[in-house]
Amino acid sequence: MTAIPTANSYRNQPDERGHFGQFGGRYVAETLMPLILELEREYGKAKADPSFKAEFDDLLEHYVGRPSPLYFAPRLTEELAKSAQPGMGAQVWFKRDELNHTGAHKINNCIGQILLAIRMGKTRIIAETGAGQHGVATATVCARFGLPCTVFMGATDVARQAPNVFRMKLLGAEVRPVTAGAATLKDAMNEALRDWVANVHDTFYIIGTAAGPHPYPELVRDFQSVIGKEARAQMLSRTGRLPDLLVAAIGGGSNAIGLFHPFLDDPSVKMLGVEAAGHGLDKEHAASLAGGRPGILHGNKTYLLQDDDGQIVEGHSISAGLDYPGIGPEHAWLKETGRVDYTSVTDTEALDAFQLLCRTEGIIPALEPAHAIAAVKKVAPTLPKDTIVLANLCGRGDKDIFSVAEHLGVTL
Amino acid sequence: MTTRLSSTFANGPALVTFITGGDPTPDATGAILDALVEGGADVIELGMPFTDPMADGPAIQAANLRSLGAGTTTADIFRIAAAFRARHPEVPLVLMGYANPMITRGPEWFAGECAKAGVDGVICVDIPPEEDPELGPALRAAGVSLIRLATPTTDAARLPAVLEGSSGFLYYVSVAGITGLQQAAQTSIDEAVARLKDKATIPVAVGFGVRTPEQAAAIAKVADGVVVGSALVDLVGKHGAAAAGPVGELTRALAQAVHSAR
Repeated sequence: MTAIPTANSYRNQPDERGHFGQFGGRYVAETLMPLILELEREYGKAKADPSFKAEFDDLLEHYVGRPSPLYFAPRLTEELAKSAQPGMGAQVWFKRDELNHTGAHKINNCIGQILLAIRMGKTRIIAETGAGQHGVATATVCARFGLPCTVFMGATDVARQAPNVFRMKLLGAEVRPVTAGAATLKDAMNEALRDWVANVHDTFYIIGTAAGPHPYPELVRDFQSVIGKEARAQMLSRTGRLPDLLVAAIGGGSNAIGLFHPFLDDPSVKMLGVEAAGHGLDKEHAASLAGGRPGILHGNKTYLLQDDDGQIVEGHSISAGLDYPGIGPEHAWLKETGRVDYTSVTDTEALDAFQLLCRTEGIIPALEPAHAIAAVKKVAPTLPKDTIVLANLCGRGDKDIFSVAEHLGVTL
Repeated sequence: MTTRLSSTFANGPALVTFITGGDPTPDATGAILDALVEGGADVIELGMPFTDPMADGPAIQAANLRSLGAGTTTADIFRIAAAFRARHPEVPLVLMGYANPMITRGPEWFAGECAKAGVDGVICVDIPPEEDPELGPALRAAGVSLIRLATPTTDAARLPAVLEGSSGFLYYVSVAGITGLQQAAQTSIDEAVARLKDKATIPVAVGFGVRTPEQAAAIAKVADGVVVGSALVDLVGKHGAAAAGPVGELTRALAQAVHSAR
């Protein structure tokens, strides 16, 4: 594979002002501006410091359990091939990030950010969470490093993700329910920003997705890129070639950018990001790229669900982790450049895919990657048999069994 | 150049009052603005409601929700502004809000509407100097002041960038925090204002956490202006469409306190 020259690379974003094309940037209140400039400087130093990388890698190996396996899914492949024309029906592979400590990819980023927080001498951690996976991962690293942790979580999500709320409390975190707005991820992020602006002197904000003001989209991507780097090496060693199509679910987009980024300059590798179409794109959904337009929220310019006046419209998804009206700015840029394709699947399609994976592979996925699996279910039968589709299984479904039971009409 | 803002601040310390446009309804806002002027407010800040007011405390968050709940649109805000300008040709009027509603139809559109409605300046919470191209050039071209915020975290190295391209006045956010909650120690305000006035060629107004005439009087001794928002917005929250009376009363007390420093 010939690498594309740097000038034409898809991997050299953002620019020095934190912009990915017209997206990204630093749209924050003046109070926060000096702090994010300091974070940018400190992250630059950390990147150049071999001891930072060594500590990050060591924790990922011995605490998180990396590398996560690369798994060929034989029965799912066979099942999806049944509806395919002769000679069609791609091989389905999974990057098993649901096997990480805490059950999702979120911990990769939390390890990186808490090491940065400690470098910067911060003594208190805050985070926002939707599904609770990022909250649990943040509470986990805070317990591991002995720092106090406050997690902001929409009251609606507190109700639908009770097991994760209890996990965070067990880990010593304070969970603050947020009742503003629709009381979901967007509102939790507003409240975390309010706390941060009032406590800039001692507080580090561990943002959970590849969004927010620069340098967050870049550093979250870099920490999550371990997913794609491992997958690339594993696939080459197992099959001698690169995958043909990468598939990942997108809320803010951190698991997707983590998988995609190391492959962006491999022209033969196609990529598909899967947004949450909720009840349908013509109804309530959380598909910012499909149903939104560019705007400014939470520190960055990106695609947002909004009305004509620029008021933000609430997202909806069965998956609390995808229920966000925006998307990381690098995805907005990758969409506009055409390097990555984006699609969406509905709540119902995700529920079906959730059950399909349970039955065919003995893996209970989280509802977030169930969206990726639903997209794989559609696309795999249309591709030739020797095609390799690699989907990111970014979280496990233990946290979702109660809400899935409810949707299936089962009382536990 | 003499503007409504510059001639107002030239008279001595000014009372700058904030309310959220469209709270409790677009139709009720005009009377509340008139009460501010009659009470002696020198500069009016009209908040543009936004679904996600990240820099605001509970009082102004609630006001944003009431306004949007009443169906307030950007067109309503400009209607309110234009009507105010017709009734009060000399009182400076400033729009304050968040970036997305301001840039969503393009910054030139927004700046043009401001100029048409007789808006003197714009305060945008989430466009720092680093992102000035998003809004600043369009406002300057339309002759509308871009009023920037300085905060306790704005150090000497950053201050020139904040002042560059600012006009009208500099809004000093006296606490690192959100609107309406904590109150800064007077000594820290004194020090900060002295530091800012040393570098700024425009007036310096102080806001965030200022609720009482006593606080306002103390700040007016050192600053060119005192901004009061949440305390007034609380009255609108409590009295709704009948808020003009109580809002006027508090404004009168605040104005007396601020103007006594003249």
